[in-house]
Amino acid sequence: MALLELRDVHKTYHLGGEEIRALDGVSMDIEAGEFISIIGPSGSGKSTLMHILGCLDSPSRGTIKLDGLMIEKATSRQLASIRNQKIGFVFQFFNLLPKLNVLQNVELPMIYAGANAKERRDRAMEALQLVQLENRAKHRPSQLSGGQQQRVAIARALVNSPRIVFADEPTGNLDSHTGEAILNLFRTLTQQGRTIVLVTHDPEIAALTPRRIEIRDGKISVKVDPRLAGLDRVPAVAEPGKAA
Amino acid sequence: MNLWNTIAVGFKEIWAHKSRSLLTMLGIVLGVASLVAMAALVKGMENGMRESMVAMGGADKVLLEDQEVPPEQEHLAEEAPGRTMLDVISLRRSAPLLKLVSPEMELDYTTITHEDKMVNPSECVGVWPAVLDMNLHTLEHGRFFTDLDEENANSVCVIGTGIRDELFGTPEKAGREIVPIGEVININGQPFTIVGMFTRYEGEMDRKLRELAKSKPAEKQAGPSRMKGWGRRGGWAFTRKNMTVYMPLNTAWLKFRSSSGTNGMPDPRLSSIDVKVSDMNRLEPALQQARNVMMMTHRGIEDFNFRTQENQLDTINQQIRNARLSGGIIAAISLLVGGIGIMNIMLASINERIREIGICKAVGASGFSIFLQILVESMALSILGAVAGIGASYGLVKIMAAITPTGNAPVITTDAMFVAVGFSAAVGIFAGLFPAIKAARLHPIQALRYE
Repeated sequence: MALLELRDVHKTYHLGGEEIRALDGVSMDIEAGEFISIIGPSGSGKSTLMHILGCLDSPSRGTIKLDGLMIEKATSRQLASIRNQKIGFVFQFFNLLPKLNVLQNVELPMIYAGANAKERRDRAMEALQLVQLENRAKHRPSQLSGGQQQRVAIARALVNSPRIVFADEPTGNLDSHTGEAILNLFRTLTQQGRTIVLVTHDPEIAALTPRRIEIRDGKISVKVDPRLAGLDRVPAVAEPGKAA
Repeated sequence: MNLWNTIAVGFKEIWAHKSRSLLTMLGIVLGVASLVAMAALVKGMENGMRESMVAMGGADKVLLEDQEVPPEQEHLAEEAPGRTMLDVISLRRSAPLLKLVSPEMELDYTTITHEDKMVNPSECVGVWPAVLDMNLHTLEHGRFFTDLDEENANSVCVIGTGIRDELFGTPEKAGREIVPIGEVININGQPFTIVGMFTRYEGEMDRKLRELAKSKPAEKQAGPSRMKGWGRRGGWAFTRKNMTVYMPLNTAWLKFRSSSGTNGMPDPRLSSIDVKVSDMNRLEPALQQARNVMMMTHRGIEDFNFRTQENQLDTINQQIRNARLSGGIIAAISLLVGGIGIMNIMLASINERIREIGICKAVGASGFSIFLQILVESMALSILGAVAGIGASYGLVKIMAAITPTGNAPVITTDAMFVAVGFSAAVGIFAGLFPAIKAARLHPIQALRYE
């Protein structure tokens, strides 16, 4: 069983009476331990796909199964807990809280998980060691360079040992040298057995990952990943799966 | 996310915007301060009222008054005996629920003279020693009447300090206490020896006036010595009490009633009988008992009536309630306005923290923990404000006391503090509710994308 299974996922927005199909019947599988890139031009729906994969948003139609849990039926509270326990995010603009120091930023997901202070501290320091920033624990995000900030964000994404990490244009705000370092970090992490999904518009970055999924007009472009050619046409099979 | 963390983060957020938080709290601070100060003022007022109530003899004093006979007994009106010593003796013997029975024979239109001074007392009464407990008198100088004085109808009297002030001068002017014991004064032309003097009765207001006058040098008065203004000074209950002259009952009867009697006997009717019940909770049965006794001694003619201080007590309570209610409503409105200020700031605050809320949601904060966070912040603001407000109320009360130095001192009560803190906590919750719900409902993606 795949770690993440999408079946015929649709997402439509209504903007001023106009219907926008951000996702139009996407089906895909992501296996545990994979390093995947989702690639597509802006407006292709790749961000929407990532949001739905990351349980930040729910689909209009279709089923998602993460780690055996049916996501589309989950309440917003359950989604919050899934995001907390099973998913890590890395954003283009780092999204660190400026009022908290590096350590506190990394501790944040564990606070919502209800971990005690000592456990939070220990695990946050471990995560910071992973990104080699343990000596910056007491600094504010504003005192760090862009690359360092992104590494803090990665530490934060990893701190709850999630099943899958989503990175949305993680190098988009960094110079190419720093960006390369971040991508190398991701590669190292996948070698340790973590599942990482990289969302980017840059084919060069996407080329670094073993598997690529290309999104165009809300659909998966078949050419890139012939493995999914068959799946794409299968109508939504309502699997008698367990509810989340 | 545990509550302790939430509170810590809430305080951090308040600390991060010190001046803004301070201004926000100010509404609550003023609201709480005015609530507590208002309650303190009303409490001071209440103390003043109770004080003069006690000066009049306390709540358990009951007056036994004359009354026109009821219509169905009209034909017996001529037989009505009025209140006499027979009633007093019977009540003392047969009404055990009464603690005190004090007969009084008042002399109307008395004039007291001493050398070239003259005074009209508020009351000049022939009494039994029971009157001391009845009217809550304290003898400070000399002695009260003995049984011998009563039996021999001696011409002795005990006076209040007001009489002394008029006839012998005030200690304020003389600079020393004046004790006119042993002096002879004339009551309606008859010589009486002063054997005792009461203490000076005064309310808080009178005392303050006197102290204020003491601290200020007396103005030099141009022209002949004179009183300025006719108004009564201070509380009338105290003034009245200080202008009392007491003499033995028999003295009053034999010396002043001998010419107005019938059959060669001085008029035996008392001007009043005051009683005190032994237990206020058993007022009703005590009065019934007294009535039964009186119906016997009056041969069934109901020419008497009881008057209790219950009405007076009710009036005081009513006035206090009204003052408390009107002041409370005003203070509550100002607290509410403070709450609206908090709501406003919380709304502005979450607006500038939308992105932050989005981040928290992305890393797994549930709507509820965001909701709690905002609510805790708003409550922390209001409770901090309430605590500061209680501090401010002390200052406010001091200022008010300084502005009106002769008023009854405001008394800050802990009740008012608890009510104020409780109410502002409620206001904090109420003010935080709407912003908190708004923040909790933010969609994580829209929040993350917010610039």
